Amino acid sequence: MTLLARGALGAAILALGAGAATAQQLAPSPTLDAIRARGHLECGVHLGLPGFSFANDRGEWTGLDVDFCRAVAAAVLGDANKVRYTPTSVQQRWPVLQSGQVDLLSRNTTITFSRNASLGVNFQGINFYEGQTFIVRTASGAKKPTDLENASICVAAGSTEERMAADYFRERNLKVSIINFQKNDDAIAAYDAGRCDSYTAGIGALAGQRIKLKTPGDHFIMTETISNDPQGPVTRWGDERWQAVVRWVLNGMIAAEHLGVTSRNVDDMRANSRNAEIRRLLGADGNFGAMLGLPNDWMFNAIKQVGNYAESFERTVGKGSPLGLERGQNALWTRGGILFTSPFQ
Amino acid sequence: MTRYFYDKRVREIFWQAALLAGLAGTIILIVRNASQNMVNAGMASGFDFLWRTSGIDVSFVLTAYTPDANILALLWVGVANTLVITFVAAIAATLLGFVVGIARLSPNKLLAGLAGAYIEFVRNIPLLFFVLFWYFGVIAALPGPRQSIGFFAVAFLNNRGLTIPVPTDGTAFRIAALVVLAGFVAQAAIAVWAKRRRDATGLIFPVWASGLALFIALPALAFGIAAALSSWDVPALRGFNYRGGFVLVPEFVALFAALATYTAGFIAEIVRGGIQSVVKGQWEAAYALGLRPNRALSLIVIPQAMRVMVPPLTSQYLNVLKNSSFGAAIAFPELVSLFVGSALTNTGQAIEIIAITLAIYLALGLAVSGFMNWYNARTRLVTR
Repeated sequence: MTLLARGALGAAILALGAGAATAQQLAPSPTLDAIRARGHLECGVHLGLPGFSFANDRGEWTGLDVDFCRAVAAAVLGDANKVRYTPTSVQQRWPVLQSGQVDLLSRNTTITFSRNASLGVNFQGINFYEGQTFIVRTASGAKKPTDLENASICVAAGSTEERMAADYFRERNLKVSIINFQKNDDAIAAYDAGRCDSYTAGIGALAGQRIKLKTPGDHFIMTETISNDPQGPVTRWGDERWQAVVRWVLNGMIAAEHLGVTSRNVDDMRANSRNAEIRRLLGADGNFGAMLGLPNDWMFNAIKQVGNYAESFERTVGKGSPLGLERGQNALWTRGGILFTSPFQ
Repeated sequence: MTRYFYDKRVREIFWQAALLAGLAGTIILIVRNASQNMVNAGMASGFDFLWRTSGIDVSFVLTAYTPDANILALLWVGVANTLVITFVAAIAATLLGFVVGIARLSPNKLLAGLAGAYIEFVRNIPLLFFVLFWYFGVIAALPGPRQSIGFFAVAFLNNRGLTIPVPTDGTAFRIAALVVLAGFVAQAAIAVWAKRRRDATGLIFPVWASGLALFIALPALAFGIAAALSSWDVPALRGFNYRGGFVLVPEFVALFAALATYTAGFIAEIVRGGIQSVVKGQWEAAYALGLRPNRALSLIVIPQAMRVMVPPLTSQYLNVLKNSSFGAAIAFPELVSLFVGSALTNTGQAIEIIAITLAIYLALGLAVSGFMNWYNARTRLVTR
């Protein structure tokens, strides 16, 4: 190797090293670029499930899943209101996500193996954990799922509940009649009209659907569950940086609850907190936002405008809402629940 | 070479071949593009999913399907249910449509007015509304399982459906069905013989009398004997509902009623138009020969009106076939509900499933058209 060539090689290595040190090279993210270009987030939600995604009487979308869309919009665009919601049925949700019509699906969707493996989608964490159970008329006297022998059960076709209920009763050699409707709303209407003895969904979803019944007080939601039903936001394969954004906004909301950061004290926390993790989370120290290609106040905006996980939960499905659900398994790992976050380090 | 270029036939074949090649090329391009993009997006593709266990519980099954069967068997359940509902609804719509259409032309003002009102009412309401109206109407009209209407303590009607007993062994019924089929063949033979004799001698044989015997008395007798010989799976109230027997679900009844009453409104207008297309002279000629109005209608007018009625009737039957997919709205497990609803979301293979469903509807539709074209050719006025 000649001296000249050796010098050129050395210069090239130096230049490469300098380049890496000055500006962090970000992987391209077409989804983030598209969101910034159009100025809003496209979010796929449920057609209407009180507590999770429901348009209120002023036409504003509210709910736990809607709050997550809002938090992502706040983190990316700095404004939680810059979201356009696409209401999707059980069947529509996958094509809508796969085709790129929405950037994110936040629609109490159960995480399953075959969805991950064959639909080309990734689940970015758990924002609600529940189990599937049954709602029945109190007068029927049924208290647990095995009491439902020969019952007619209304479900939405293509939901995990459809398969889960069929498998559950088949395994126990109990005969039931499962009636498959195209939409959750059709199924719950048929149950209300007396076509079915029961409607099945997750405990949280049932608490929301019960509000829609003619006389909610006449119905009983069983406490025994038949499934393990973790739900969370979904993205399509590809664009790893966008997937990381979605994953860490969810982690950030949970971390904020754990660290005691709320929408009320977030300004004070950013200015005065001496906790290193809070400072990194809120962008007071480090450049965590920039690492993802976001503004450094990404989680500050999300928490300021939407709140931490606990605030969102209580407002939408918890004690501050008509659903009145306990935190239960959705409490933090430090408080007997299974909700956890990875550290902001 | 230029000789061929100026030949009109060669030029026509060339352009048609070019168009065909372009079309085939476009389709190949679309299919390849879609499959490549699906692989890139991590979505499963191919038709292997048809042999996967379905795991879907279906409320109305006429085949040997169980949730342990594969998705191909589920598809077949959907096709069978679609065919059955289309067949019975088309027959009922035709009968009702003929009655209403003829009533519309009745000299009785009240009858004609009622038929006219029915037609206008039905034709100006969306079918989905009709389906939901019948569905919730049927459910609301029927009692719950514990207050079921019992028929001789073996069949029970409630808002879960009509539960009827089924024989545990179907052999006796299969033999009875063969006997009944033989009766139908005999009746057809009698009808042909009676027509020949009438044409030759002018004597009228009461075909309806042998029809009554062979269509009603013989089946009743045959099935009666079969019923007495079989042992029965009688429904019994257990838990929430009756167990055992066969259940005719309210979804079936509601969809059948909706399709039949809706389509009958359109068929009635086709019948009216067909009858009115027969010139008045034909009626007058029939009367002049001494035929009574009923006979003039059935022997002279309807046969000529059929020529006009068959092509639009074909489209109505195709509509019944396609409209049966409204069953998806009320959980009747037909092709769209089972395959595009349950199977699609369970497997996620949208393109394959939609393509299969389209192909099936296309094949069924072409079969219906083919049959009606054959019938049309047969009833065509023979001109010399």
